Amino acid sequence: MKENDIRFIKLLILVNGLVPLALLVWDQGHQQLGANPQNFLILTTGMMTLIFLVLTMAVTPLRKITGWNWLIQFRRMLGLYAFFYGCLHFLCFFSLDRGFSVSSTLTEMLKRKYLIVGSTALIVMIPLAITSTNAMIKRLGGKRWRALHRLAYVAAIAGVIHYYMQVKADVRQPLVFAAVLAVLLGYRLVVYLRQTKPAKAAAPAAKPG
Amino acid sequence: MKEQDKISANEITPPTVYFNRRNFIRTGILAASAVATGAAYRRLNPVAMGEVKTAKLEGVISAPSATNAATGFRVDEPETSFEDITHYNNFYEFSTDKEGVASAAQGFDTKGWQVSVEGLVNKPKVFGLDDLLKISPPEERIYRMRCVEGWSMVIPWAGFSLSKLLDVVEPTSDANFVAFETLLDPKRMPGQRSDVLNWPYVEGLRLDEAMHPLAILASGIYGRALPPQDGAPIRLVTPWKYGFKGIKSIVKIKLVAEQPRTSWSEYAPNEYGFYANVNPQVDHPRWSQATEQRIGESGRRPTLMFNGYEEQVGYLYAGIDLRKNF
Repeated sequence: MKENDIRFIKLLILVNGLVPLALLVWDQGHQQLGANPQNFLILTTGMMTLIFLVLTMAVTPLRKITGWNWLIQFRRMLGLYAFFYGCLHFLCFFSLDRGFSVSSTLTEMLKRKYLIVGSTALIVMIPLAITSTNAMIKRLGGKRWRALHRLAYVAAIAGVIHYYMQVKADVRQPLVFAAVLAVLLGYRLVVYLRQTKPAKAAAPAAKPG
Repeated sequence: MKEQDKISANEITPPTVYFNRRNFIRTGILAASAVATGAAYRRLNPVAMGEVKTAKLEGVISAPSATNAATGFRVDEPETSFEDITHYNNFYEFSTDKEGVASAAQGFDTKGWQVSVEGLVNKPKVFGLDDLLKISPPEERIYRMRCVEGWSMVIPWAGFSLSKLLDVVEPTSDANFVAFETLLDPKRMPGQRSDVLNWPYVEGLRLDEAMHPLAILASGIYGRALPPQDGAPIRLVTPWKYGFKGIKSIVKIKLVAEQPRTSWSEYAPNEYGFYANVNPQVDHPRWSQATEQRIGESGRRPTLMFNGYEEQVGYLYAGIDLRKNF
């Protein structure tokens, strides 16, 4: 992949990531967000957060399976989009549902456990967004940076649980997210186990089989 | 290109044109991808609210004036629009997506509808819909509707008190409860093909609750026959209870001695009770019930005890622990 092509694909992601937001704003302006626009804004921004979290998590498995190493260059952008929509999601809830009241937001959080789970997901994304720059990667060092950015797993898992917990009865959609996430995390687990296994096998000779 | 060496210098695309072409193609890809993303988004979030047209109801008696509000028959708050009432529905028999019910329920056929009223009654009867509606002329009732999910509407129903039907069939002295049942027909109600709930949907009331004048069998909204998404052709409305008590598309009403099972309390007994009275002090285990989002308004309103019908129905629950009997 040429540098020029990478830049173009980044532009492609940038533009496409903004399309849902543009349509949300357009629909809001034309009062066509349905009967419960507040709810629709909160739900849709939340959904976008989960979608981008899953896309971010899909980069590494996809890169390793296909051998397309250049895919890694888009991961930061996808992750930042997840954080961006997550912030919008919280802002929609804070403004439209809680009327900008901090105390009401806090009391509501104590009553609704899924809000605590959701906030956890958003909060752990903050250090990831802050340390997403090249300078920060250098400053932290690759190893520490990678360790820190495993928090993305926490964000994704907490995000899906947050969605699952508030559904009244039809849990099919959160379960789809959970299944996709399970595959993406499962892939990492398999890779990890395979990497550690040879080390064990190399240890003191096993009994002859 | 096989004959590369034969191409003369002036045939080679000059770099500026080449890059322009590349930019042109890239702009095309960019635009096409954005359109595709937009189309995918639109598919998942359609905006069009289909027009809903049902027959006009004849001879609806208008609700008593607001100054005569002691009955609770007319609430003095702005009515929710017909569009919102008919495009934001919880009716899992068609779809679990509130905004998808209207289209999924379109064309629902209620021809030859019958309602069997049976059980502990002296005069059991299978009513054709017309016979049932002839029991009493439709009255306009402008009620608040509070959903257990935390949103609410103000709906101008047309219907008559359930007590009038019960008077016709004459419950025996053994009857203590009324059990209701929705149509079970996965062909006409596609949502019943998935087992989100244990079909058919069932609901119940204590007999004295059922006899309360506020409890109505509704056959219309805004002076028109009920559209399918709102429970056509006939449904229960109990304005002091959470919306899920208002069972839709009723085919069976049975008088019984013991408290009947009800769909949501069977699904999650710790979250939904048999009574399901609107109560801002008793939270749902997963969310607060203190406030509500009134459809068509911004911000949230405080939720009222018994949804604002305490004066009318409070006596029914005297001495009952509403925390236990939620």
